[in-house]
Amino acid sequence: MEVSPKYRRIIIGLGVMAAVLLGKLFYIQIINDSYKRSASNNSMVYQTVYPPRGLILDRDGRVLVGNTVRYDLMVTPREVTAFDTVMLATVLDTTVDFIRERMQYYRTYRTRIGFQTLPFIKQIPAEQYARFAEVEYMFPGFSGIMRSIREYPYDAGGNLLGYVSEVDASFIEKHPDYRSGDYAGRTGLEAIRERELRGEKGYHVFLRDSRNKVRSSYLDGQFDKEAVPGSNVTTTIDAQLQHYGQELMAGKVGSLVAIEPSTGEILAMVSSPGISVEQLSSIGKYYGELSRDKYKPMFNRTVQASYPPGSVFKLVNGLIGLEEGVLEPQYYYPCDHGFVYAKEHKLGCHGHRSPLNLDDAIMMSCNGYFCYVFRNILGNRKYDSTSEAFDKWREYVMSFGFGHPLGSDFPSELGGNIPSSGYYDRVYGKRAWRFPTIVSLSIGQGEIGATPLQIANMAATVANRGWYITPHIIKETEGIEIDSLYKEKRYTMVDTLQFRNVIHGMWKAVNTRPGDGGTATIAAIPGLDVCGKTGTAQNPHGKDNSVFICFAPMDNPKIAVAAYVENAGFGAAWASPIASLLVEKYLCGETSRPELEEHIKGTRLIQN
Amino acid sequence: MAIVKNSSQRRLAATLDWALIALYLVLVLIGWLSIYASIYATEPSSIFSFDVRSGKQFVWIATSLVLAVIVVFAVNPRLWEVVSLPAYIVLVFLLVAVIFAGSEIKGSHSWFSFGAISFQPAEISKITTSLLLAAVMSRPTFKMTVLKDFARAAFIIALPMLIIVAENETGSALVYLGFLLVLYREGMSGWVLGFIGLMVLLFILSLTVSTTVAIAVLVVLAVVYYLLDIRGTRRGSLDRRRSRLLALASIVVGTLFSLSTSLVFNKVLQDHQRSRIEVLLGLKEDISGVGYNVHQSMIAIGSGGFAGKGWLQGTQTTYGFVPEQSTDFIFCTIGEEFGFLGCLVVIALYLLLISRILHDAEESREAFTRIYGYCVAGCIAMHLFVNIGMTIGLMPVIGIPLPLISYGGSSLWSFTLMIFIFIALVRQERKYF
Repeated sequence: MEVSPKYRRIIIGLGVMAAVLLGKLFYIQIINDSYKRSASNNSMVYQTVYPPRGLILDRDGRVLVGNTVRYDLMVTPREVTAFDTVMLATVLDTTVDFIRERMQYYRTYRTRIGFQTLPFIKQIPAEQYARFAEVEYMFPGFSGIMRSIREYPYDAGGNLLGYVSEVDASFIEKHPDYRSGDYAGRTGLEAIRERELRGEKGYHVFLRDSRNKVRSSYLDGQFDKEAVPGSNVTTTIDAQLQHYGQELMAGKVGSLVAIEPSTGEILAMVSSPGISVEQLSSIGKYYGELSRDKYKPMFNRTVQASYPPGSVFKLVNGLIGLEEGVLEPQYYYPCDHGFVYAKEHKLGCHGHRSPLNLDDAIMMSCNGYFCYVFRNILGNRKYDSTSEAFDKWREYVMSFGFGHPLGSDFPSELGGNIPSSGYYDRVYGKRAWRFPTIVSLSIGQGEIGATPLQIANMAATVANRGWYITPHIIKETEGIEIDSLYKEKRYTMVDTLQFRNVIHGMWKAVNTRPGDGGTATIAAIPGLDVCGKTGTAQNPHGKDNSVFICFAPMDNPKIAVAAYVENAGFGAAWASPIASLLVEKYLCGETSRPELEEHIKGTRLIQN
Repeated sequence: MAIVKNSSQRRLAATLDWALIALYLVLVLIGWLSIYASIYATEPSSIFSFDVRSGKQFVWIATSLVLAVIVVFAVNPRLWEVVSLPAYIVLVFLLVAVIFAGSEIKGSHSWFSFGAISFQPAEISKITTSLLLAAVMSRPTFKMTVLKDFARAAFIIALPMLIIVAENETGSALVYLGFLLVLYREGMSGWVLGFIGLMVLLFILSLTVSTTVAIAVLVVLAVVYYLLDIRGTRRGSLDRRRSRLLALASIVVGTLFSLSTSLVFNKVLQDHQRSRIEVLLGLKEDISGVGYNVHQSMIAIGSGGFAGKGWLQGTQTTYGFVPEQSTDFIFCTIGEEFGFLGCLVVIALYLLLISRILHDAEESREAFTRIYGYCVAGCIAMHLFVNIGMTIGLMPVIGIPLPLISYGGSSLWSFTLMIFIFIALVRQERKYF
């Protein structure tokens, strides 16, 4: 045969082509090992086993947040054969139409669904699932999987407890140890100790194909890893007190915070209106409704709302005045229905006898008296200027925990606001502002903003005569450590000895006979020596806010409370009885004033 | 047409190319076993069960053999040359018609469906194109170096190719590049072939891998060419200088081409035009889908190792990780279950098949037979390279079957027809000479 030279070249070309293919094959089949490893991951499927979340307990070990079993009924449409729809509907408590509609949907999208297993009905209670299980054999393709969901024995309020939801892409980006399909505590108590509550996922190894069809357990589960349940977390909350607080605050807008002064432990923390525990267990369903509600139930007022504290702040100003030496307990100041701070300008006050000393000014909550006090503080000769004196005042105020987040372990805590001299310089011009310009600060109005938690902390500070432990909500237990921050005493810049002067006034405010001018006599509890201070904070959006702080007993206090009720009027009207009932509940176990309790619980200040 | 009377001067054994037939049968058998292996775990049943693809493939094989016998014994081989022009015209018509009348399968309008049976004109069109090309180029007056003749041949190839591109079947269209082999053998300068091949390679490399890699490959090829071309020439000779010039020129032109490819692609083209090309190249059909296919396919082949896991023992292909595992990705099953050794054997079998066809073609005294043989060899070689290249990540994912092995009646029938027409043409010569 006579061979064309091109024939030879073509044969060589084919040889080169084959060599390229074989070269690459040699590389991936013999040299590179990674493909073999990938292959073993491929055919073995690690099916995640989710651990039950840890329980959240109250300070006495009562379950605040527990777990309960629900079943999700799953369906693999490819494996479903003709079945008795009426029977399935009866067993599952649903309608035949619902089942038909679902099956029609699976038929329509059968190519997209393929071999997948999909949820048919979610969260079926155990008793109902048991009825299905009896007849399960009649419904091939249907099967149930157990799920552990949250259960709430007490109505402790959704904002405190927080919710758990499936993680989304942005969460995974921030927390790389989570996978799609995991659940995480997103707010409140669920979020604080997510790491412990979460537990450890396990897995079961199966052989499967890429169409999600599981073939068999791999080596009889030899390599399976069981899930480790989440650890229980004990909180400082008193479940019954919290529940009672929720009841008292029902139908009102505001916050109720109780702290054990000696430890800084938060006993109760109510934000109202809030997320109810029913809504909490299926937050996904209610999310839209909640976020549209005009009362913003998802907004946790206790740590995020910044309110002017009102007259309760007079205590702080009084203490600063005493410490700075510009006020003595026996100083008397006159008050004729208010304080004239500039020509034709008067900061009003209610009618009471005049002049008053510090005790009585606190007892009767005299505005005029504290205008003099604040004027003295700013006019202190020790300082060169109003501005310098003001900054000193601010430093004192901040030492009470105002103007910055307290550093509580509760998530999303905000810090309120205490203006600086720089702020007024910007607003009014340097040196262009003086005491009369900012007179409202005397009585806790104006540019001051404080969270209910900060106000409660102030009550605890006064109760402790000058120090506080940063309020916190997780109790140290075996396996759960808490930051040393929550064990250290923080002293204010005011000497401990000064506190008895204001505490006496607070005692008188509650415990004088009616008619003597005490503003909070409604809060008196026989035998408990409650000390309190009312406040009526002006509210630009409507009726005044009703504020009350108190602690009891006077000596060796066990509880300090701050109640803040929006648009409720005078402090004594709502905040005082609410706080007082809470104190009584905590210290006595039940109230001696059932009519008052009935009245408070039964009154709704908001309509919805 | 007349049916050939029994006029054989030689015995059957001497006239048929039994080696070629044996290679054909072995490859078909390997295909059948691989198809069974690929569906074994998901749909376990007898290899003959007609409910699954292995059973259906058995039917396709049986009918293909009947077809082969008819082509070899019942049809006068002269017929093919006679019908080449009308057949070509009919197929061009069908190729156009299928765009409007065909059913859409995997995003391309290239199939006619008659109930359960689907048929792809592009498969048959390879045969009619080969036949017409052979008929035209075997005329005594045809000269490749004459521009008019060259243009005629180029037109015969390009027309169906462009229609198939319009059908969105880029893979099938790419196969037509295999006909360049014929043009080369019949007198087209190797430079044209080399140039076209180089440009296609650079185009694909620049877009799928990177411009740098494309240029690196170009330089290596130019140097290898230069070293091969100067063998036996004297230092400083004119030949040697010409080779050097050509090698340098091709580096320069190729580099400019690669750079402009990515520049034009990334900067000049509009988004929709760019994504169209990306889809054509299999870069973007849906990235995750295509990437998934290649990844799974390489895992399956790579996990086979040297000797493979054994027939029906593969976990990747039998458990259904690899998509299209009985059609376009059938080579995965071979790679996983028979390992590198199996791949080597299969590729060797193809090389033997192709070179046997080329050998017979060269031996033939009939230009028609020779040219047709080269067409068949070119098509099979293109299918082989593109298909296997795709499963191991050398080529973009463009779905074309592995000849004789992949599942599917349309493909098996057309390759059978194509090969046995050639066997018949060869036999006819041997019968009389």
